[in-house]
Amino acid sequence: MMVGSESHRTLQIYIPLVIFGLLLLFPFYWMTIVSLKPSSDLFDMNFNPFWVQRFTFENYTYLFENTAFWSWLWNTMIIAIVSTALSIFCSICIGYALARLKFPGSNFMGIGIFLVYLVPPTLLFIPMAQVIGALNLFNTHWSLILTYPTQLIPFASWLLMGYFLTIPKEIEESALMDGCSRIQILIRIVLPLSVPGILSATIFCFTLCWNEFLYALIFMSSGDMKTIPVGTVSDLIKADTLFWGSLMASALLGSVPVAFIYSFFVKYYVSGLTASAVKG
Amino acid sequence: MHPSLQSFSPQRMSSSSIRFDNFLDRESSLGVLLMLPGLSILAVFLAYPFALGIWLSLTDTRIGMPGEYIGLWNYIDLLEDDIFHQTAWNTMIYALVTVPFKAILGLGLALVLNNHIRFSNPIRAFVMLPWIVPTALSSLGWFMIFDPVFSPISWLLIQMGLIESNINFLGDQVIAVTAICWVNIWRGIPFFGISILAGLQAVPHELHEQAAIDGANKYHRFMNVTFPHIKGIIMITSLLSIIWTFADFQLIYILTKGGPANQTHIFGTYAYQVGMSATEIGMGAAITLYMFPILAFFSILLLRYMRKSA
Repeated sequence: MMVGSESHRTLQIYIPLVIFGLLLLFPFYWMTIVSLKPSSDLFDMNFNPFWVQRFTFENYTYLFENTAFWSWLWNTMIIAIVSTALSIFCSICIGYALARLKFPGSNFMGIGIFLVYLVPPTLLFIPMAQVIGALNLFNTHWSLILTYPTQLIPFASWLLMGYFLTIPKEIEESALMDGCSRIQILIRIVLPLSVPGILSATIFCFTLCWNEFLYALIFMSSGDMKTIPVGTVSDLIKADTLFWGSLMASALLGSVPVAFIYSFFVKYYVSGLTASAVKG
Repeated sequence: MHPSLQSFSPQRMSSSSIRFDNFLDRESSLGVLLMLPGLSILAVFLAYPFALGIWLSLTDTRIGMPGEYIGLWNYIDLLEDDIFHQTAWNTMIYALVTVPFKAILGLGLALVLNNHIRFSNPIRAFVMLPWIVPTALSSLGWFMIFDPVFSPISWLLIQMGLIESNINFLGDQVIAVTAICWVNIWRGIPFFGISILAGLQAVPHELHEQAAIDGANKYHRFMNVTFPHIKGIIMITSLLSIIWTFADFQLIYILTKGGPANQTHIFGTYAYQVGMSATEIGMGAAITLYMFPILAFFSILLLRYMRKSA
């Protein structure tokens, strides 16, 4: 900024920044302090609710000892990892085919894949439950491992296709001349050059799996098979007894992995997020 | 030739593998082969359920009871269902009315972040949190913030002497819809912010300098230089946001479950209540399929817009 003094800058940048910060982060602050308070303090209206008078970890101990939190964590992780791996494999294949190969239907396929990306789980969950039931997959990891890719493959393929298109064709053509097969080219040349694209697609898929709620709610109804979001919502909110502290503790812990991954790969995530908008 | 390629030599092949390799090197056959794994998953878990959903919506199937074909009766019944009217209306407010708020606040956030700020990377990571963490979990935070007993908003307003007793945020239809829309906006601000920020950073610096030399003030520079460059991104982000929030589920499921008295449903939660809780699968499928034409409309709009701007 060229204009103005330091105070001018504070007024125009830092004050709005602080307001945005308070607005966007207050719920997380609130969840943190509630998770660290004894339940009795919640009811005491003389305490300032925005602060913690007495620290305790009893809400976390309750969560670890009296709920299936560790199973939820394990389920969420295994499902997110396998489903992401499966989707990335399929998407690399589709992305490369659409970016480089001419085959029957290849033109139409690109648009088709993009439109499929916009099909939400809410549109399909009722018949999907029938399909999962018919395949006998209720309360198994496979029910989610196999259905999440329908959300992930379209986006990841679209993103990777865009990425593959930025690799100069000449590199591949000269390799073809040298007698490399297409598969060799894909594995030895295209993939190493596409690591950033694959990374952002992977992060995107992983967070989508981690955050998914509707399918997990319907397909995984038994206690030990729940994912973190579903387990937190359904097992810690029981009729009128609300374990506020443990509820907030679980919600926070369930958010940490994606927040952590994201803060490390912020650059890739943002490029993935805006890929469709910028490259379009 | 690319230097790194010199180490590759054509592999020596046995005669039986030559035919297979030829097959793999023909673009058309390889293309189809590469599409196969992904497309089979999409066929079984996307195309088939979609077709099945259309069929179910034309039957009176209930959970555990095979139904019979009843034509369009589910769709017709819904048109006379007051809750469904309210649902459709809520969905429109929830998906459309919130967009300008997200866009303006997101633009504000992007303009702030576009300055040279200390710790800009951690700041960016932090302000993205509402969008990045599981909606089901952050909604739980809001669920408590709107609680009739424990709400810190009520506490603050009472301390300031503005209200006498706690507000029942989620117990009153108008306040509940407003609260739900606010959480939706809160979650969307970072998405708009970061997308628009990417657009802002793509604006050529020389244009700003030139405009400044020509004597344009800050406002004019924004309207004439910056805005034309980010218009496209705002448009695409808005359409994506509409499509996603139109088909939302978890935020409302957590905050109100469609209550009080079914007044805050959107399509997703109403379909869940009818199709899952009340076991009327056929009717539930019909509710979800009412979303389809609207989703298709916005999707095609988005596709056309993206192709035009490409």
